[in-house]
Amino acid sequence: MRAVKRDQKTRIALTLNGRKLAAEAEPRLLLSDFLRHGLGATGTHVGCEHGVCGACTVLVDGVAVRSCLTLAVQAEGREVRTVESLAAPDGALNPLQAAFRDHHALQCGFCTPGILMSFTDFLARTPHPSEAQIREVLSGHLCRCTGYANIVEAIKEVASSSHAPRSEG
Amino acid sequence: MKPRPFDYVQPDTVDEALALLAEHGDEARILAGGQSLIPMLNLRLIEAAVLIDISRIAELDTIRSDGGVLEVGAAVTQNKLLAWPNLARESALLAAGLPLVGHFQTRNKGTVCGSIAHADPSSELPLLLAMYAGEVVLRAQRGTRAVPAKDFHKDMLTTAREPDELIVAVRFPERPRERVAFREIARRHGDFAIIAVAAAAGANGAVTLGVGGMAGRPVTRAVAAHDAASAADAIGQWAEEIKGYDDLHASAAMRRDMFRKLAANVVAEVAQ
Repeated sequence: MRAVKRDQKTRIALTLNGRKLAAEAEPRLLLSDFLRHGLGATGTHVGCEHGVCGACTVLVDGVAVRSCLTLAVQAEGREVRTVESLAAPDGALNPLQAAFRDHHALQCGFCTPGILMSFTDFLARTPHPSEAQIREVLSGHLCRCTGYANIVEAIKEVASSSHAPRSEG
Repeated sequence: MKPRPFDYVQPDTVDEALALLAEHGDEARILAGGQSLIPMLNLRLIEAAVLIDISRIAELDTIRSDGGVLEVGAAVTQNKLLAWPNLARESALLAAGLPLVGHFQTRNKGTVCGSIAHADPSSELPLLLAMYAGEVVLRAQRGTRAVPAKDFHKDMLTTAREPDELIVAVRFPERPRERVAFREIARRHGDFAIIAVAAAAGANGAVTLGVGGMAGRPVTRAVAAHDAASAADAIGQWAEEIKGYDDLHASAAMRRDMFRKLAANVVAEVAQ
């Protein structure tokens, strides 16, 4: 049974984008702040800190979650993926990122890392979604500059060019 | 914002969790998915001396269908229940209501039991539990009890759980061959509903109607639905009885109006 007192720091080890890393944190530290300040992975953005805006969405064990609604200590031993994992080592954008660029689906880019991670999870589970399904998942994010139409178009392009088998519904 | 400091404990078994609850009582908060608790901690609406994290207790992360009852453990996420293979056939109303709980991203972590424990009057899962006349299984070191939905949800954010008790599971009686409808009005899809309305019709044609967001807890009632006019009368009379309440999102009068229209729609959807 793991027990950590409020002002005590504990060592948290996890896999971030394929690399095993560890740092110390007190229990109240949010995963979003641990990624940015503890591990230096600043691609994940912090917006509302109560789960509404979606900017901080990351994958934990392959599943999209709000890193601001997860304690760093809860990520012990987990596999965390952030936006830094998407592009190739030489900087080449992955298909989802390229489609966002092609469709002007980002402007200031603040909300983009979270949206990309949500759809990395969702498109892996649902390679050929309907537009309604895309909009339902996108409703978990707030974007204040491009609006949502171009984001939907970008995701539709990636979904329709995917070679994965079509799912029902 | 950031939460105030708290002690953190991650028990490996239910027995360890119960011992911690016996020791700390209402100084402690149970952390499962954290999708209601952590926002409140971050906004400093609440504080806790101790967080007891039950999310890795394997015996709580189970869904069982046994003897016509679907039992959902306290660590089961909303999306895990939504992916349960027989859900649409055996528990159609759960399949209709669960997609309206929060967002895809919060359902990946938010638990079924946690939403019921939080007891927001307009949230979907307490209404679903009431519609199924389900029960909440509470365990403490002194024993285990199963509390019916109508006794568990007492008022806004208030339940029958005692400070030393852990919700270990909730039970939904399965109802195959039921016609169902679930509708809600929210400012934005995925936000808390202003009101949520559900209807279910069994094989004998009897219609049960339920509403969240009109009273301090979800309420249900059998309504006569032989024809649209008698259904509208019954709904109108009920709206005046429950009254509704005023908040930032809607006045009580607006809630009654929403309820009359939405309830007529869901009853028409399930009546044949």
